[in-house]
Amino acid sequence: MYLYDSYDQQLVQERVAQYRDQTRRYLAGELSEEEFLPLRLQNGLYIQRHAPMLRIAGPYGMLASRQLRMLAQITRKYDKEYAHITTRTNVQLNWPKLEDVPDILADLASVQMHSIQTSGNCIRNTTTDPFAGVAPDEVVDPRPWCEILRQWSTFHPEFLRLPRKFKFAINGSLIDRAATEVHDIGLHLCHNEQGELGFRVLVGGGLGRTPLLGSVIKEFLPWQHVLSYMEAILRVYNRFGRRDNKFKARIKILVKALTPEGFAAKVDEEWQYLKDGPTTLTAEEVERVSQHFTEPDYLALHNEEQLLAQQDLEYPGFARWRSRNTHPHKKPGYISVVLSLKKTGVAPGDITARQLDAVADLAERYSFGEARGTREQNLVLADVEQRELLALWQEIRELGFATPNIGLLSDIVCCPGGDYCALANAKSIPVAEAIQQRFEDLDFLFDIGDLHLNISGCMNACGHHHIGHIGILGVDKKGEEFYQVSLGGSSGRETSLGKILGPSFAQDAMPDVISKLIGVYLDNRTEEERFIDTYQRIGLEPFKEKVYAPHH
Amino acid sequence: MPRIIKNREVIEDQWTLLPADADVQDALDCRQPIIPLALWQAHADQLRSIAQLGIWLDSNELVEDLAQDLEVFSLVALNFPVFTDGRHFSSARLLRERYAFKKEVRAIGDVLRDQLLMMKRCGFDAFAVRDDRDPHDALRALDEFSVQYQGAWDIPLPLYRRRAAASQVAVATV
Ligand code: SF4
Repeated sequence: MYLYDSYDQQLVQERVAQYRDQTRRYLAGELSEEEFLPLRLQNGLYIQRHAPMLRIAGPYGMLASRQLRMLAQITRKYDKEYAHITTRTNVQLNWPKLEDVPDILADLASVQMHSIQTSGNCIRNTTTDPFAGVAPDEVVDPRPWCEILRQWSTFHPEFLRLPRKFKFAINGSLIDRAATEVHDIGLHLCHNEQGELGFRVLVGGGLGRTPLLGSVIKEFLPWQHVLSYMEAILRVYNRFGRRDNKFKARIKILVKALTPEGFAAKVDEEWQYLKDGPTTLTAEEVERVSQHFTEPDYLALHNEEQLLAQQDLEYPGFARWRSRNTHPHKKPGYISVVLSLKKTGVAPGDITARQLDAVADLAERYSFGEARGTREQNLVLADVEQRELLALWQEIRELGFATPNIGLLSDIVCCPGGDYCALANAKSIPVAEAIQQRFEDLDFLFDIGDLHLNISGCMNACGHHHIGHIGILGVDKKGEEFYQVSLGGSSGRETSLGKILGPSFAQDAMPDVISKLIGVYLDNRTEEERFIDTYQRIGLEPFKEKVYAPHH
Repeated sequence: MPRIIKNREVIEDQWTLLPADADVQDALDCRQPIIPLALWQAHADQLRSIAQLGIWLDSNELVEDLAQDLEVFSLVALNFPVFTDGRHFSSARLLRERYAFKKEVRAIGDVLRDQLLMMKRCGFDAFAVRDDRDPHDALRALDEFSVQYQGAWDIPLPLYRRRAAASQVAVATV
């Protein structure tokens, strides 16, 4: 994990002082509401329904034990003893006081954390694969590149007043667990025919009001040039992106207007001036940063198939949990564990102070003192010894992390929605809970199998509903909360955007709607098919017919 | 006379900023006019004779349109219609880094303290802070950070090149 040196530490401390003074000037009336707005947003502070909301950066998802403990302490001291893990692997506090934020930032800085650029019209926290560095299908570890991008984008003076927000995702594996195609810039680490390292560059993807998949504008960008090329893209966007209409201001609209080829040509023209300039990356810098992401001290172990199989027999609950909540590891004898934050009755992604402390302890005892947030709003312990798996499972059952539902219907991705978010059209958490309650039966859940259900409370799509196999979007119909359903979105092996099923539904109809959709799948599936496979084979129509059939 | 920040000092401004609809006579009538781009494009021949000439670009106007004529001007002002509009951050870098403009680059319009450091890093050396604000207070923004990760106009080398140099010096003195 990246550790700050004196420069990094100095910077976050100067930021605390700067923001403290900005808050003081705002409270003293020296800064107007409008003037303070981008300042607090670029520090992750929203003013929400009931209180401000503070979004703390979880840099590409990585959280060390001491950072988790500090988060727990902060929720006790300044909030209501819980936090929320977001789909962009940030950590949100729902009830801080505006006046307390400078002190919260100071506490965060003491453990090398911050909330710089977690919101606002600037470059946001880069996201990546939660199994970076340990996944067997990984080609290149993306984390050093995430950190290099983090530093380059932090207070980049030219790009702090962009037309709109800007999100990066980096993938270094065969399976794209970072959903790079739905980001403003997606980077795929790869090698060219000569075996040199570089990036495939996608631009203009995104969810929100106009969901689009990114287009490749550079098949192979040698690593030395990654920052100068990014600078060229951002400069073209900063100068020519639309600023007259908030809904048309994302880079995807510019890319669409110019066509991907036209956009690429403009970027290349700009890049000719920047290429080989001072922003060219050096091997020393890549080496310096990479040293923070070397392998931990793995033991020479072997895989424990037999032991685990025997434990499965003894503890059927363990067998069930292990089949869903673990992920293969590149090292023999190790495995990655997903801690489910999707227990029925708890808002998806929410975690209490006590649980944060517990994860810190577990990470120290089982996984080299590190945990990771995921896009699906769960946590990962990446480096667990297989022979310790049973002991870990027994501990996390007590802590509420062992719901065996990763990748199943009840592992719902859900934004905070109308319960918290001022932008919401509708509540999302009660919908998630009602669906979880409907599908409480584990045998049934397992029978349904892989299913990604995503809920967003409005068009901003923080719940990534477009890429859920089933997507639910809160809409406003004459002042009432309704829900639009889409089918067929996906991410991972293939990224696709869901199609709208038809007219929207009232909140209390939602569990029935989902039951009917599942019914169509179960009636039509072949033995091997997942929900998404059946959908792709039979299309939208049969689902539509069933859901909108008149009652008898 | 209005005050501006120039090279980190608050001074009396000698220049006259002409509005977008100014005509040639307005420009010829003052000693150090800052003219709008359109006026220059329409009457370059007449205006060229003014000894000290400045020009200003609105946020949708491109420095490329000025590039051929830059040696004529003693000052280029870049207008921020609202402080959230960052287009001229890029313009300033282009003026300095691509077109090697060495004279004054001034921020005008909705110029406020909390954007000053970004502006300075991008190449501005003069700031006409909005007249309801204290320029002395705004100046403080320039010292809020001592660490910059990226290279820009003020410090061309990114930290990773300076860091390497610093550690080499450290090694050399051991
Ligand atoms: S999707 Fe909408 S309602 Fe949900 S968190 Fe984002 S902005 Fe708020």
